[in-house]
Amino acid sequence: MSEQISREQVRHVAALARLEMDEEELAAYGRDLSDILGYVAKLNEIDTSGVEPTAHVVSMETPFRDDERGESFSHEQTLKNAPQREGFYFQVPQVIE
Amino acid sequence: MELYAHTLSALRQQLEQGEVTSVEITRSVLERIAAVDDRIGAYLLVDEPAALAQAEAADARRAGGENLSPAAGIPLGLKDLLSTKGMITTCASRMLENYVPAYDATVVARLRQAAAVFAGKLNMDEFAMGSSNENSAFKLVRNPWDTECVAGGSSGGSAAAVAADECIAALGSDTGGSIRQPAAFCGVVGLKPTYGRVSRYGLVAFASSLDQIGTLTKSVADAGLLLGEIAGHDPRDSTSANLPVPDYLAAMEPEVKDLKIGIPREYFSADIHADVRDAVQQAIEVFTGLGAEIEEVSLPHTEYAVATYYLVATAEASSNLARYDGVKYGYRVPDADGLIDMYRKTRARGFGPEVKRRIMLGTYALSAGYYDAYYKKAQQVRTLIRQDFEQAFSRCDLLLSPVSPTPAFKIGEKVADPLAMYLSDILTIPVNLAGLPAISVPCGFSREGLPIGLQLIARPFAEDCLLQAARHYEQATDWHLKKPEIAEGEK
Repeated sequence: MSEQISREQVRHVAALARLEMDEEELAAYGRDLSDILGYVAKLNEIDTSGVEPTAHVVSMETPFRDDERGESFSHEQTLKNAPQREGFYFQVPQVIE
Repeated sequence: MELYAHTLSALRQQLEQGEVTSVEITRSVLERIAAVDDRIGAYLLVDEPAALAQAEAADARRAGGENLSPAAGIPLGLKDLLSTKGMITTCASRMLENYVPAYDATVVARLRQAAAVFAGKLNMDEFAMGSSNENSAFKLVRNPWDTECVAGGSSGGSAAAVAADECIAALGSDTGGSIRQPAAFCGVVGLKPTYGRVSRYGLVAFASSLDQIGTLTKSVADAGLLLGEIAGHDPRDSTSANLPVPDYLAAMEPEVKDLKIGIPREYFSADIHADVRDAVQQAIEVFTGLGAEIEEVSLPHTEYAVATYYLVATAEASSNLARYDGVKYGYRVPDADGLIDMYRKTRARGFGPEVKRRIMLGTYALSAGYYDAYYKKAQQVRTLIRQDFEQAFSRCDLLLSPVSPTPAFKIGEKVADPLAMYLSDILTIPVNLAGLPAISVPCGFSREGLPIGLQLIARPFAEDCLLQAARHYEQATDWHLKKPEIAEGEK
């Protein structure tokens, strides 16, 4: 899994991550990613066949609660930090042409 | 001694005996901030009127005969990723520069209930990503012992504020060492509790399976008092443990008896600075003097911990930080061409370079075709790292090591090399991967006069044992009593 990652791959990852990048940034992040991925390739030294993955250190069951009505935020509280709003809605740029 | 220079434990007694008021303490701390913070950069926000109003309220409750808990009337600092209702919470990011939470984090709500005073919000690496506090979007934190050196990160503001007496104690968060390493660099006590010991509700998420809130204090006793205030189950955080919270102060008192301390051989590699090695060696002798039995142990997967961490943490971060899309809160670019372009430009301009680097790495590790090779592989190695600790704890009560391979490094020294910066966390990261509690306690100084930290690690939820051993070590030494000299500005 050690590999130099290509400019196209970096562009693809930036698109997935919704990060705009110019050519200079694509080159810089590409170099950093290649360095770091080169380093993490050392994990391949370990045979992990049959080892259970750890997603979480606390062994727990899904906690349930009663389905009761609780307090919630008002429209005003919820919308207070909105960069743009219209009435009781978050406003976004046009989605459908 | 000025009021601001006292410990939480000392001020609590003085408050209870009516020798001092919270308003007097709070004024003293606010004046200290005004006098020195230009040189340190620990605070992002100080709200003097709010702090004084909280102090007056604490004094009034006490005067009314109320039986108050230890943090009552004590001015504390909060790392700026803890949500404070009505008070800007930035995570040291342009993205949240004007964000005002509608609710308190559970730890903040508990401290409010306890009549604590909030001196302000503390500087940090942006979204807690960094080991030097150089990633704050707003300003550097300087080390109070040498202002040409970093304070450590990501809770650099919290550690520097406590070391410079700009608050009596502080809260921070620790994902890979972010409480313990800055505590070591600044010569204060830093406690990272067991994963699940403290509710994360209202802590702005970085890596949810690793993040844990903890304390930065002037003594181990203070750490126990403050942990008692914030620990315990919270229905709003389903990963918080439903276990009783011991009286940590009482747990610290008994003499340490039959304590078995393991020394992980892999934590004393050739890369450890000679002064750090010497200081920790002396600390081992102090524990021997206290009657502890010392034995060498092995944590064979230590060398894989940093690689594991930078896959797990960045994968979780790339997912957690997807919420910053310029829609519901936070920054939004004014000049976008459609929705997707708005997302891309908002995130490009709102996040700093290290945050983007980690989002990119995490996105790559989770992307189609790479998931098994990177993310799943890292989770499997995480299992092996946990098992190393389980093995060691079948023979020992505590593990002892340095906190960081070196004392505080110079500002700018590692910014150009992200990997070198990551590798400086080699001794703290495994603890987060295993979810264990650990503490950083001052244990000496380098030849240059920079503080050195000792790390003790315990079994899950054994904070009482951890604090007890650290407390007796502290009582046998006087490192925690040393204070940096900081030139005060014009008042």
